[in-house]
Amino acid sequence: MKFGVIRFPGSCDDIDGLQAAARVADAVLLWHADHDLQGVDAVIVPGGFSYGDYLRAGAIARFAPVMAEVEEFAHEGGLVLGICNGFQVLCEAGLLPGALLPNVSLKFVFRQVELEVARSGGPFTGSCDVGERLSIPVKHTTGRYYAPDDQLDRLEACGQVLLRYAPGHNPNGSLRDIAGVCNERGNVFGLMPHPEHAVDPLGGSTDGLRIFESMRAHVEQHVLA
Amino acid sequence: MRARVLVRPKAGILDPQGQAVERALPALGFDGVRNVHVGRMIELDVDDPERLPEMCERLLTNPLIEDWEIEDVVPPAHPHHPVEGASR
Repeated sequence: MKFGVIRFPGSCDDIDGLQAAARVADAVLLWHADHDLQGVDAVIVPGGFSYGDYLRAGAIARFAPVMAEVEEFAHEGGLVLGICNGFQVLCEAGLLPGALLPNVSLKFVFRQVELEVARSGGPFTGSCDVGERLSIPVKHTTGRYYAPDDQLDRLEACGQVLLRYAPGHNPNGSLRDIAGVCNERGNVFGLMPHPEHAVDPLGGSTDGLRIFESMRAHVEQHVLA
Repeated sequence: MRARVLVRPKAGILDPQGQAVERALPALGFDGVRNVHVGRMIELDVDDPERLPEMCERLLTNPLIEDWEIEDVVPPAHPHHPVEGASR
């Protein structure tokens, strides 16, 4: 099982993502300008400020050469995880529903938050139980999840909301406390919190590993088996 | 053609930036201000203005959260910024 972490100009969590993934499987860096995913089994689009986040967060990065391969990989059913800026990129690319807007506070927030697992059993939260809490940090200025009401209803009805901020922990004004959503097929997932920053006891929580472990288990059971 | 694209947050979406400006104005004594919204303006020279709507839909805006409007810009008869020392 091999993870690939994309490095854009302006990525800053690519190495943390790489090291987190390397705790559970093999992991390599992928270069934004290459049309090559190096045969990885799962792609991570990391946090940061890709292409300076000019215009809108993620708006330019979605046109990076490697994103053509990521879109094809996703359409073939490959696992794609977008974290923070990566979530914004995947929304801009149309691989995930909705958009991320500036925090209601208009301030940068950096804090540990409690998340509730809203759905289990899929590739990204397979090793979690519904209702279980995960302690994972957020750090962003543009993290308010938005989608029109009828789309939010559909997302909830189809089980596409995988993670919510626990009551009182919504750091950005996200509608319906949504912290992470997946696409209809369930193989592309984006979240604002940073699981790659919660993988070592030194950091206070290892709950983020659950996401990477779930992905590894899914690939081992469904792709490599 | 010189074009101007006006980008606005879609109606109904919470606009904390507009709200912050709306709260700040009365603090400076500017009363009677309502419905403040902050958007963006993009100016560009284009050979084929017919393609502007597509540019707006695919890159210049995110149509899920933003509305856009295209204005023609007639080159001004006078420069925007008077030359230093010119009479006003």
